[in-house]
Amino acid sequence: MVDFSLWDIVRNLLLAARWTLVLSLIAFVGGGTLGLALLLARLAKWPGAERSARIFVEIFQGTPLLMQLFLCYFGLALLGLEVSAWVSASLALTLYSAAFLTEIWRGCVNAIPRGQWEAAASLALSLGEQLRHVIGPQAMRIAIAPTVGFLVQVIKGTALASVIGFIELTKAGSMIANATFQPFLIYGCVALLYFAMCYPISLGSRALERRLARRG
Amino acid sequence: MTETVSSPIVVIEALRKRFGALEVLKGIDLTVTQGEVIALIGRSGSGKSTLLRCINGLERFDEGRLEVAGQPLSHDDPKAMRALRQKVGMVFQSFNLFPHLSAGRNITLAPGLVLGQKGSVAEATARALLAKVGLADKMDAYPDQLSGGQQQRVAIARSLAMSPAVMLCDEITSALDPELVGEVLQVVEQLAAEGMTLLMVTHEMGFARKVADRVVFMHNGRIHEQGSPDRLFDHPETPELRQFLAALT
Repeated sequence: MVDFSLWDIVRNLLLAARWTLVLSLIAFVGGGTLGLALLLARLAKWPGAERSARIFVEIFQGTPLLMQLFLCYFGLALLGLEVSAWVSASLALTLYSAAFLTEIWRGCVNAIPRGQWEAAASLALSLGEQLRHVIGPQAMRIAIAPTVGFLVQVIKGTALASVIGFIELTKAGSMIANATFQPFLIYGCVALLYFAMCYPISLGSRALERRLARRG
Repeated sequence: MTETVSSPIVVIEALRKRFGALEVLKGIDLTVTQGEVIALIGRSGSGKSTLLRCINGLERFDEGRLEVAGQPLSHDDPKAMRALRQKVGMVFQSFNLFPHLSAGRNITLAPGLVLGQKGSVAEATARALLAKVGLADKMDAYPDQLSGGQQQRVAIARSLAMSPAVMLCDEITSALDPELVGEVLQVVEQLAAEGMTLLMVTHEMGFARKVADRVVFMHNGRIHEQGSPDRLFDHPETPELRQFLAALT
């Protein structure tokens, strides 16, 4: 039997952890952009925006991420579109993130008292100016905690991408565990690596919250 | 008193406003001339605040005509609304200062974005306005560091920074501790003396008597009685007004 050193194991896990991070980043940036666009469309009361956003949110919040990944990979293939695991995983996670983030951020905007909107409107500010200078900064402060909480969920959610053949940290861990027959060690390392990815983000968010709070 | 010919600055004709099934304004006719100070009094639910909020477009009215400085109100035209709100300033009962901005930034924000006033010009204007309301040293203070009376005065300065033609005051002292009311009323009195057109919803009858040119008593969504403060307070004609005044003493 081949003997694997701890460094062999950790090195391979780290290589796979890259993909976890990259996929999470894609999901977050893509989902964040889409979610924000949906939110702005709803706030600007574009015709049909509220209804379509709500349908979108219901679909992607109400179905399992695993199923969304399946549909983005196997479902699209059935329709004749050959997509790689990367594209499917990115697409599914982006849509999933967008659905949750738009609702989180909508809640934060709704938490801003009506009086702020009215005062800003009374000062002749346009909707865009109200959002950018008055409502946005206040909503952002409230949004940090739930947004970071969701980001951490996304990082862990990337583990599901393994079902469509995407090799990320969890999948690599299980493959290595099968090869080395040391599941406790391997999965322990996997957990530590996830923690190492998530913890700095939580720390960063608390620092960000403190910085925004200091401005009054 | 103004020497120039007083022109109507706000013209309201047959204004009606419904909230669902409830009709809150049942046909309001009111003309406000430039430089006039009007005190709107009445029981809660009589429609005073709603009327005020219709004038700067925060509430959409259902029927009637409303003109400010010769321009009729059109809610669906953002450019028209922007122009309207430059002419009409509003001060709220709950101050509504922007908590993430200093007092100075609260004041310079709108002139910067809407009127294009930037940099040192904007800052100088803000300082002058803060000095005018007696808060010259509070330029960099944040709203949560200010007392209620101070916040309301900053709110007044913020509104004045847009150089409005009409100021709407919606119960601006109702949320203040009694000892802070005086400092805010002093600022309003000064504005009135300088010829600002003011529409105030107020419960401060003493102040209304002192400063107002006309007192309008609203009851059940209609203007029930109006006239000079002395006439209205000393010789109320209708039983509703008599009842209202009696309940206040």
